[in-house]
Amino acid sequence: MPKAKVTFQDIGVTVTVPAGTRLIEVSEKVGAGITYGCREGECCTCLTKIVSGGEFLAPPSILEDQVLKDNMAPRGHRLACQAQIIGGDIVVKPA
Amino acid sequence: MAAAALTDRAVEIAPGVHWVGALDPHLRSFDIILKTANGTSYNSYVVRGENGVAIIDTVKENFADDFFRRLESVARYDEITTIVLNHLEPDHSGALPELLKRAPQAKVYLSSRAQMMLKALLKPSGEKPPEYIPVTTDDEVDLGGRTLRFLHTPYLHWPDTQCTYLVEDGLLFTGDIFGCHFCDNRLFNDTVGDFRFSFEYYYAHIMRPFREYVLDAIALIEPLAINLIAPAHGPILRHAPRDYVHRYRELATPRLFNEARSEKTLVVFYISAYGNTRRMAESLAAGAESIGGVRVSLYDLEGGESGIFTDLIEEADGLAFGSPTINADAVKPIWDVLSSLTTVNIKGKLGAAFGSYGWSGEAVRLIEDRLRGLKMRVPVEGLRIKLVPDAGELEACRDLGEQLARHLTGKVEHREIDMAALA
Repeated sequence: MPKAKVTFQDIGVTVTVPAGTRLIEVSEKVGAGITYGCREGECCTCLTKIVSGGEFLAPPSILEDQVLKDNMAPRGHRLACQAQIIGGDIVVKPA
Repeated sequence: MAAAALTDRAVEIAPGVHWVGALDPHLRSFDIILKTANGTSYNSYVVRGENGVAIIDTVKENFADDFFRRLESVARYDEITTIVLNHLEPDHSGALPELLKRAPQAKVYLSSRAQMMLKALLKPSGEKPPEYIPVTTDDEVDLGGRTLRFLHTPYLHWPDTQCTYLVEDGLLFTGDIFGCHFCDNRLFNDTVGDFRFSFEYYYAHIMRPFREYVLDAIALIEPLAINLIAPAHGPILRHAPRDYVHRYRELATPRLFNEARSEKTLVVFYISAYGNTRRMAESLAAGAESIGGVRVSLYDLEGGESGIFTDLIEEADGLAFGSPTINADAVKPIWDVLSSLTTVNIKGKLGAAFGSYGWSGEAVRLIEDRLRGLKMRVPVEGLRIKLVPDAGELEACRDLGEQLARHLTGKVEHREIDMAALA
């Protein structure tokens, strides 16, 4: 299975993950500072800054796009409960 | 509530501005979490301009009749051009679906984050949502000779909240901020009974978890010329309104000067039946202290009260909880503390758990789950030690303290791990 690397900049941890993993599946296990509310892409609690490698995340769904817009999220931000890693090296930190 | 009955008519609070809210004197608890010894009020306002009429917030659904009777005493529905929603919680939006039916031409002004809530609110009616316009700080609506200007003040106490300023009159409609659950038909702060306790109780239970946002809002509000503050609950503040702004600034500011301001703070709470979890706590604290840049405090939960602990927790950067496992659970004083934190903001604080156990040792994992549920980060796996910690195990506690201190001070070394290795 293709692998990817995601680095949680706030805690200095890089995790090798299988492609298809969502950020939420990793960030809590390593204790990163990204926090969660609804876990369903609605509340925007888990807004995350994509420091680099945003192109290695699957594009946001219509729902995620709308939530990001409604919450005035700056460019380069995603919802960690929705963002799916598809490969490459990604660096993230809490918004 | 004062004995004299309020009429069904609107009450003028400034020329061309009326209160059209409702009184709920018999309510005894609000949102389950708040006691309301003399009830509450749901304040709604009407502002008349030369070219239109604005309604600012509505009331709880079961009080809609009161609201509409008072509204009809000062405005026709076809005059309403503008509906401002400062906060969409049901006690302020309950009459909105009916108002939209009666004034379908009105445009709705609300914060960006309120849009999804509006859609959710109107779901049961099955009606097409009204024309709504998301607004932010300095956006304005011209009513003809009167201007409504919006202030983006989120998280007071929901993400959707905003304030609305009537520029020419210096009136500030604030939603829940500066409000309180206090029902008195004399309406104004210089005529109602003593509501000071209610004002502070409301802050402590509703606004305190969002004190950083309170301070952001105060920074927007303080430069305004304010003649009157019209909150969505409780007395209308027409006498010395700025005093209430000052008081909010005081309430939202940390109470004591922080001697450790240049350092991070770690508070270690523990409770111990036979001294084993206590020894773990002491070793953890010593380890954290050894790193430098972290000031550690050690508290035995048996020797304190939950209110004091809540204050400590609000101010701390990191929190470690030590509990023995008794009957497959952490002990009640731990849960008492961890269930009393809804009045403070602990999101993103560093958390950790540890404890001695005899049989199965579930407490540590249960505490960690709770800390994550409270939106704390738990970067270091907790430590469970069977019964009496030996020298090596106490060293592991010390190491846990060192790791926590490194995380607090940003001294953690970069690690690379495989997801398969994560539990």
